Amino acid sequence: MELEKDGVPSVGVHTHVFARLVKATALSHGMPRLRQAYVPQPVVDRSAADLRAYIEGTDPVSGRPFMQEVIDGLTRPLDEEDLQGQSFERSTPRLVEPDTEDDLHRLFQESHWTDCLPIVLPTEARVEAMLKGTSHRPDQVVGRLRPAALREFWEFTVEKVAVNAVMAGARPEYFPVILALAASGISARSSSTNSFATISVVNGPIRDEIHMDSGIGVMGPYNHANATIGRAYGLLSQNLQGGSVPGETYMGSLGNWYAYTAVLPEAEERSPWRPLHVQQGFKPADSVVTIFFGGWYTQIAYGPRATWQEKMRHCLTAVEQYSPPLIVMDPIAARGFVDLGFDTKEELIEWCADNGRLTAREYWDNQWIQYLMRPRAVAGVEPWASRLKAAPDELVRIFEPEEYHIVVAGGETQGTWKMISGSRRATVSIDAWR
Amino acid sequence: MSQRVTVHDPRGYPPKVVGKRLAPRPPSIERKTVYLVDCLFDNSDVFIEQLRLWLAEHLPGVTTRTIQPSKTWSDDEEMRARIRADGDAAILAVGL
Repeated sequence: MELEKDGVPSVGVHTHVFARLVKATALSHGMPRLRQAYVPQPVVDRSAADLRAYIEGTDPVSGRPFMQEVIDGLTRPLDEEDLQGQSFERSTPRLVEPDTEDDLHRLFQESHWTDCLPIVLPTEARVEAMLKGTSHRPDQVVGRLRPAALREFWEFTVEKVAVNAVMAGARPEYFPVILALAASGISARSSSTNSFATISVVNGPIRDEIHMDSGIGVMGPYNHANATIGRAYGLLSQNLQGGSVPGETYMGSLGNWYAYTAVLPEAEERSPWRPLHVQQGFKPADSVVTIFFGGWYTQIAYGPRATWQEKMRHCLTAVEQYSPPLIVMDPIAARGFVDLGFDTKEELIEWCADNGRLTAREYWDNQWIQYLMRPRAVAGVEPWASRLKAAPDELVRIFEPEEYHIVVAGGETQGTWKMISGSRRATVSIDAWR
Repeated sequence: MSQRVTVHDPRGYPPKVVGKRLAPRPPSIERKTVYLVDCLFDNSDVFIEQLRLWLAEHLPGVTTRTIQPSKTWSDDEEMRARIRADGDAAILAVGL
């Protein structure tokens, strides 16, 4: 799009599964007639001969020869619509047309405003009650969200966040946490083909004030605050950013169960180590939420048993190289690591960073490492530049220590831990939204 | 008959969309310089090379130049300046 604005005629080539998304993106940028051509999905892992066949074949969207579509896109004279682009204003109303509860539930479901589970209808009275959970004005702008870097930002107010909090079944006392998540600028409904979800960790006094539970079943459906805050974050993300509709604003191939709800409080009082928010520079008395972006993989282990180092290395080398580990550790396991001499989270993280290694060949044989990290390596940015210079069989670090995180939580019925894909994206004050 | 209730719309506020015109088109790409922009997705370099070879075989009068942005997911102004300076057209591949 920027090249067209520069006066350079251009054609974008995409794989056919993105046709609806490409059309919607071009429209939202005022260029609905942007010229495109399509090849079959996938391009990744296809040989040069396969790709040559795509080029000599048919555009699966238009049904015309692919190269004819490309050359035509570069040379076909502009008509009146091409010259004008398309300007328009969209608006969303404050209220939906009054209807019966059954019909409204159907409308919300069919409009893709839910997570496909029943919601609480956001009546005026319920939203008003939710707004009492904060001192901020209903019309105050909270922030902007979008499903992907190439999409446009949508804006939203405190009242709009309250509407989604009601839908999730949250209570007014949870509202500052939900506002902090909304204000983070991180969407819990990324449109990425990688099916990202978010995992959020709450620290500070608010955990007890709103009766979050860091004990038995902390990552399961056993605490009202944990469950509904996470659900509210998902619902507000999809509705306030302009949707999360498969094929248009969501492209995750497998989807992600963490996307239903994934919020946990850290068991600060039962942890032998500093809490996460203090590690990030906040005071112990601050109430804070930290957002991790990931949820691709989950591994589990016990202990630390006699062979913990081997087990940990297996887990560390089985990760997806682009998404660093968030380790959620039961207090029993955490104390076990203290007994082994790891007096701080940072010491254990240092061990993980030093032992989480792959051969350079395996590290670079990853499509996202190629796409996202290789340009940085070529530009000389460390640590990727050194990893690129390494011999194919040389062991290189997968992540640096600052990319690893440990959170202590769990009911102490089992000395266990989970290693979940989670890249820290934001740490936001909850107190600012009280 | 069931009672009718009033509820809030849960959606945020979309931005105003301002229409933008497409760039003027040449009648042909013969004797023109076409930049082939490798969008850095995995294997897009192989696709771009096949595209270059196809153009060399079928439209030998077209000059092609392969170029990559310096970073992914970002607008590379330096790359665009190069294309603007001596390019007549661009094909970007393979993007989402």
